[in-house]
Amino acid sequence: MKEMYDIIVVGAGPAGSTAARVAAENGASVLMLEKDREVGIPVRCAEAVGEIGMNRIVKLRPEWIANRIEGVRIIAPDGTRINVQHDEIGFVLDRKKFDSDLARMAAEKGVELLTKAYVFDLIKEKGFVSGVKFRYLGEELSVRAKIVIGADGVESRVGRWAGLKTHLNLQDIETCVQMTITNIPLEKNYCDFYFGSDVAPGGYLWVFPKNENTANVGLGLSGVEAKDKSPIEYLKKFVEKHFPEGAVLTTVAGGVPCAPLMEKMVGNGIMLVGDAAHQAFPITGGGIYTGMLAAKIAGEVAAEALKSGDWSEEALARYQKLWEKEGGKDHMRAYRLKDPLFKLTDEDLNKTAAAVVKKPKAKHTIVTIFKTALFKQPKLIAVVLKLFLRQ
Amino acid sequence: MVQVKQDVCDFCGTCVSVCPVDAIELLEAVLIIDQEKCIDCMKCVIVCPLRALEGTK
Repeated sequence: MKEMYDIIVVGAGPAGSTAARVAAENGASVLMLEKDREVGIPVRCAEAVGEIGMNRIVKLRPEWIANRIEGVRIIAPDGTRINVQHDEIGFVLDRKKFDSDLARMAAEKGVELLTKAYVFDLIKEKGFVSGVKFRYLGEELSVRAKIVIGADGVESRVGRWAGLKTHLNLQDIETCVQMTITNIPLEKNYCDFYFGSDVAPGGYLWVFPKNENTANVGLGLSGVEAKDKSPIEYLKKFVEKHFPEGAVLTTVAGGVPCAPLMEKMVGNGIMLVGDAAHQAFPITGGGIYTGMLAAKIAGEVAAEALKSGDWSEEALARYQKLWEKEGGKDHMRAYRLKDPLFKLTDEDLNKTAAAVVKKPKAKHTIVTIFKTALFKQPKLIAVVLKLFLRQ
Repeated sequence: MVQVKQDVCDFCGTCVSVCPVDAIELLEAVLIIDQEKCIDCMKCVIVCPLRALEGTK
């Protein structure tokens, strides 16, 4: 380890590893610090991604893919199922392997990496973040850097220490729990989404198959819906009802930001990426693609800033501008739809499902479903069309 | 005050993300609540996916 790097990345998830790799490819010296003992564990994620978006950032390797998804089904509170018509192929990833390989790809470009390295503060000088303080196997170390990239997840303390507002309101977080359950009957190529106040108020429950008899089963509730009953209680109830023969291989909890665009994700010598920057897509909570896309831009902008000798907030703000241009509009559209969609009553949901299944199969698209659900709110239908049809 | 059931906690950080006063510190498998900073708002208790936090007013 050196005393000084161009960039220190805090957190070695997909966003951290991507930012680190891209910065290193563009000539920066990079140190990445992971607080846990192993990159990729635990898997706090439903693990599903779309093919088209992901391949724009990193070519998906066969060994990262646990299962190929050909169909998506939405299940209403009364059990009505909609087979959603869509063109894109999806994948359920093996996040453990995926995360580990992304870190390895960064290392192959010269990124130095440590695990069990717990960052507990930032070094700040003259209004600039200029390094981190961390504990590593009993030692307290200070390492300096021109730019610190906080990829430290939903709890981003790096952002807070830098003075960026990363706190989430209860209505902007989904509180989640997931289990990997095996020995269950599944249709391997279908991802199922369950809605309703019984399964996941203010959110949804997912069943994403990983192989022929094992699935990632989990749910998220809006923070404002979790007061009386917690996610784990909902999940236990669902599993007992639907998968009584199932055996639980993993149980993992987690929070997902489903929040507006962050006002500021950069400062002097500091950038945030991934969940730390609230980049998860607000209606699905999916954050792998959006976080990695932002991280790629962040890595490029950071490397350019180093070359030009200016890593002030103004210089790094180019990252935020570019990210907002790429994903910002859709992010805000999705955020606008989140509340109206997730506040639908069971009766609304059942009516929507009944109306959609009566239509010809080719019309069972996500746009039809949203349009049907939001028919009373024409302004929001315009948002749906812009979001999904790029009109 | 808020107390952590360390045997239930999954160390996921959901509580940290909603704490308005930065009173929660998360290591790999340790969660510490700074009782002096805590303002008893109970947001962390509500969002904890596993109900690993207990509020006693």
